Amino acid sequence: MTYAGPGSLSTVVDETTKTFDVIVVGAGPAGSAAALEVARAGHSVALVERGPFPGAKNVYGGVVYGRILDELVPRWWEHMPVQRWVTRRSTMVMTPTQALTVDFRTQDWGKPPYNGATAHRADLDSWLAEQAVEAGAVLVPSTVVTSLLRDRTGAVVGVRTDRPDGDLTAGVVIACDGVNSFLAKEAGMYKTGHEAEHLTLGVKQTLALPRQTIEDRFAISGRDGVDIEMLGCTGGIPGGGFLYTNLDSVSIGVVLALTGVSKAKTRPEDLIAELKRHPAIAPLIKGGEQIEYSAHLIPEGGYHAMPELIGDGMLVAGDAAAMCLAAGIWLEGVNFAIGAGMYAGRAAAAAVKSGDVSKTGLAGYRTMLERSFVLTDHRKLRDFPGLVLSDRMQQRYPGLVCDLVQGMFQVDNPLPKPGLRKLLRRATRDNGVRLRDLLRDGWTGMRGLR
Amino acid sequence: MTDRRYAEAAFEDVMSTVEFRVAERPHITVDTDVCRSCTTKACVHACPADLFVPTSEGGILFNYEQCFECGTCYQVCDGEGAISWSYPDGGYGVVFKRG
Repeated sequence: MTYAGPGSLSTVVDETTKTFDVIVVGAGPAGSAAALEVARAGHSVALVERGPFPGAKNVYGGVVYGRILDELVPRWWEHMPVQRWVTRRSTMVMTPTQALTVDFRTQDWGKPPYNGATAHRADLDSWLAEQAVEAGAVLVPSTVVTSLLRDRTGAVVGVRTDRPDGDLTAGVVIACDGVNSFLAKEAGMYKTGHEAEHLTLGVKQTLALPRQTIEDRFAISGRDGVDIEMLGCTGGIPGGGFLYTNLDSVSIGVVLALTGVSKAKTRPEDLIAELKRHPAIAPLIKGGEQIEYSAHLIPEGGYHAMPELIGDGMLVAGDAAAMCLAAGIWLEGVNFAIGAGMYAGRAAAAAVKSGDVSKTGLAGYRTMLERSFVLTDHRKLRDFPGLVLSDRMQQRYPGLVCDLVQGMFQVDNPLPKPGLRKLLRRATRDNGVRLRDLLRDGWTGMRGLR
Repeated sequence: MTDRRYAEAAFEDVMSTVEFRVAERPHITVDTDVCRSCTTKACVHACPADLFVPTSEGGILFNYEQCFECGTCYQVCDGEGAISWSYPDGGYGVVFKRG
């Protein structure tokens, strides 16, 4: 018996009849989108999921951007299980006693084709997997893929599962097995063994509140919702915070750089507790009853941290390929997973049809990713993840910004108003920031926005 | 110390809101001989489910039953081969309803 894990070894098998044309590992957004496209192209496809149902193992941090679904499900917004449509997007920069919020609201995002939605992953992922099943994919739940099967040339020809007689063979294996992707590692697609510096740990509490209370506190109505992203609320650990509204609950949490977590002596739940006590947050969540706690790793390294995406008989998509976009004010992942999975499914289907499932035969995957938002956005914003988690952005800029704004709005009569230059000098000095560094970081940020 | 005790009690309540279908086979194993020479014991502070507890002899006590299956422990582990981590058997382990 083998178990999925960092030390798994591939099994060499002789070429046999294929059980399926394509096997997709993991019924998250990437996997279901992949299976859907393979099935629609008329090929046989298994969608193997280790949880008892799709979404059981999955956690996200706030917003699902659905427009990529235009290519998969017509009028998807009428069917997708949504909690609320995000019509208010806030970015909050805070210190323990201050908070500056940039709050944007548009009613455009509250009507078709919408922009972002909050959802429970158990509902969302199950729904997307259902689309694949309706198109003909075979969902195999409660089944762990423990290793890859290869032929004598090293090409991937299937998977071993933890079911009795559980070997499944296929022309193409699409690994959508999430952030820990033991399959991508087993296939040697990650160049470095040590990926901890590109990972963050997200922890989240969901708190039940009456629907009316949520609408009153967050100034929304109907199915409108709010997503708040925060910087400066994670103690000494690089990261950020979030708070978003579901229909009759709110979810609050922090995202922490894993290397920071391992050095700190603060436990993750203590940081959530501290955030919940913050004067800008406490009134919003007051009286909320704990209904779930969750944690998940997030691949935040972006473009620089991605593995090889194509091998002989194998593709990697979604979190397994480190495709979460954590670029400061843009925090996306589910949409990248759906997009990448969709293109992987199309590339696999084309390769099966042409009879060439080698790396060359599957190369269309890379082309499609590069022509779309998936790799275009990631390449453009490749320097953002590092900037966001940098010491200055984390430890110094929140205080600098808050002090600057406090200085602008504080009336110190009989003293006259200080000039902006004086305020800036004072705020940079008090927060230990050199103007030179501020300008350089600003330049890095601007370059990404071109 | 009152605060810390309060926090611990509250954390148990928080964990009790999560559904776990506990498998017979532990999907985490720890080689505590390796842990004894580990000075950081990062798993103790980093594991979001608080599953790792240092013992007075310098080893590590752990349970696998309330594991979120995030992978933090093996990622932060400094000790070569101290933590072996795999997925729980199919259908077992954490079941998120609102993840």
